[in-house]
Amino acid sequence: MTKQIVFATILLITIGAFSYTISRIVRFFRFTRPAFPIKDFGKRINVVLTVAFGQTKIFRRPVIGLFHALVFWGFCVIIFGSIEMVIDGLTGTERVLTFLGPVYNIIIASGDIFALLVTISIIIFLSRRLFFHIKRFEGIEMKKITHIDANIALSIILLLMVSLLTMNTGYIEYKALTGEASVGLFPVSSVIAGFITNGQAESFRLMYEASWWTHILLIFLFANILPYSKHFHVFMSIPNVFLSRLDPLGKLPNMDNITREVKLMLDPNTAFAASATDAPPERFGVKDAEDASWKNYFDSLACTQCGRCTSVCPANITGKKLSPRKVMMDLRERMKEKGPLMVKNGRDFNDNHALLRDYISEEELWACTTCNACAKECPININHPTLIVDMRRYLVMEEASAPGEIKALFNNIENNGAPWQYSSEDRLNWSKDLEIKVH
Amino acid sequence: METRKIEVPVMADLFARGEKPEYLFWVGCAGAFDDRYKKVVRAFAKILTHLNVNYAVLGKEETCNGDPARRAGNEMLYQMQALQVIEIFRTYDVKKIITICPHCFNVFKNEYPDLGGKYEVINYLQFLNRNIEDGKLKIDMASLNNISITYHDPCYLGRANDIYDEPRSILKKLTGNLVEMHRNKSFALCCGAGGAQMFKEAEKGDKEVFIERTEDALKTNAKVIATACPFCMTMLTDGLKYKNKEQEIRNLDIAELIAQSIDL
Repeated sequence: MTKQIVFATILLITIGAFSYTISRIVRFFRFTRPAFPIKDFGKRINVVLTVAFGQTKIFRRPVIGLFHALVFWGFCVIIFGSIEMVIDGLTGTERVLTFLGPVYNIIIASGDIFALLVTISIIIFLSRRLFFHIKRFEGIEMKKITHIDANIALSIILLLMVSLLTMNTGYIEYKALTGEASVGLFPVSSVIAGFITNGQAESFRLMYEASWWTHILLIFLFANILPYSKHFHVFMSIPNVFLSRLDPLGKLPNMDNITREVKLMLDPNTAFAASATDAPPERFGVKDAEDASWKNYFDSLACTQCGRCTSVCPANITGKKLSPRKVMMDLRERMKEKGPLMVKNGRDFNDNHALLRDYISEEELWACTTCNACAKECPININHPTLIVDMRRYLVMEEASAPGEIKALFNNIENNGAPWQYSSEDRLNWSKDLEIKVH
Repeated sequence: METRKIEVPVMADLFARGEKPEYLFWVGCAGAFDDRYKKVVRAFAKILTHLNVNYAVLGKEETCNGDPARRAGNEMLYQMQALQVIEIFRTYDVKKIITICPHCFNVFKNEYPDLGGKYEVINYLQFLNRNIEDGKLKIDMASLNNISITYHDPCYLGRANDIYDEPRSILKKLTGNLVEMHRNKSFALCCGAGGAQMFKEAEKGDKEVFIERTEDALKTNAKVIATACPFCMTMLTDGLKYKNKEQEIRNLDIAELIAQSIDL
């Protein structure tokens, strides 16, 4: 009974702390702008099945992608064991889901096998970060703290897997020595148990108990670290994939407020009809965190800083300052800074800082070729180019700020109907003296 | 060999005669004004004539559809251009549009519908491939002597609109020696000109994107770099000049390769 009370208390604290953190983040979403309506549920489920559960985009890098897929699939299986542990902890039962019979054996056996596979994968991931020079993990946005964050998360996962294996091993040995019937199948842990030739039943029970507590407490701790970590990804990536922008990558979202203005200009008769809207004019484009859409912010929370986007960015590859990963990290960081201030002082609060310039420079924004390599590469369908263009929209339409050649481009389009200074009278020159051979 | 003069049909003239073509061929600003790219448009117009396609161009009535302004953040200018163009399309009751430029293709296909402009938008590679598959456009593979060709995917056909197969299927009819760059299809590296970069100097860095991409193409040892976008053509042709390879290796558009192979 004491165990149940202790467990329930810890669980309550965990849920309480977690809910508090999440509610804070949810409040920040209120400041963001609309993105697109969530419909086409069939398509969305399909995207989740392929991109999230099928890990199709992570496999764009097949070797390291496989290890990530193993970790992901491992989590999907092991989570059933964790749910069982919570029920056991609350009700004082042992392996309560046994009634599932053969299904239970399959779940527990795959969890046991995946615990090993995830362990191996995490050791590879940690070694890559600690001992190898991987270009993708470097860049101006990769500070010491971001590396520490990554290594802490990986270490916790490693401990989770090791504790799962020692828990299973202790369980098998303890049951074998006491002659009690054990439930579940443990292909990996039985092999480990086979190596242990001596020991008391009591010490194995202790090993089992201690591992059980270590495992479940690590899960609770991890859940509460995640929202502050790049590994928030663990919670956010499947929802982010579900909420993917389903438009072709080439399509930019239309600015309907501009459409209204342009139609007014082209047809003044509509002026009276349109003047009915009393809403204060909204800033064009994105200057600060609250100008971004809820989807941009969601993207930034789901980003795990893997850097696949940046590693394929033509600007970044050729030494320009732009890094799509940095754009996402900056948005998250800026919201973390400004969000609480807006909660306190309202959305219009100005702290004399902004996402633009204090985090993301014009130089970065103008380096983008909108080639969509970043968005194509992102394993969880984050869309960076729409945010980059939205920031250009602010620069151009609110500040009339753009590189000189771009201003000339605008002038040419306005005056000559072409990006270059040519007359429309010459538009058919290409067709002069055109001849075809008669065969 | 005898030649026949081609009069490129202009929408306003046809309209004055009470005729309505099936397709609007959108030439685009690069097609109209870029000397190198005019040759691509000429090659494609020859193919259209060869296929007896019922088409017309807007000629002097064509204007920038606003794409570069939009990518550079000037949504206001984009929409002003777009609404003008939509109005012109409405006047001529345009239903089907053929574009060569992938940027024009993308903006018509994906972005004009938001402003009320809904058309069947066809990229010239889709159009050519369909005519080849229907047997209307017959290509003799021997005509280009099995020259080695590598294809550079334009971002706005590839990643932006998932058009990867048509260019390859056409090129496989032109040569048995199509070689891929190591970054191809959805992995293809941009030429560096997208997002209005075409019209400005690149930001400070340690290399030009077009050089990086030209190096990809040179590694294949192909004799021809096939492109399908006016900006890619400018960039990769510049890349070849920079590498002093413009004598040995040619940068040609797929339309030019077809026109060459069927000797138009």
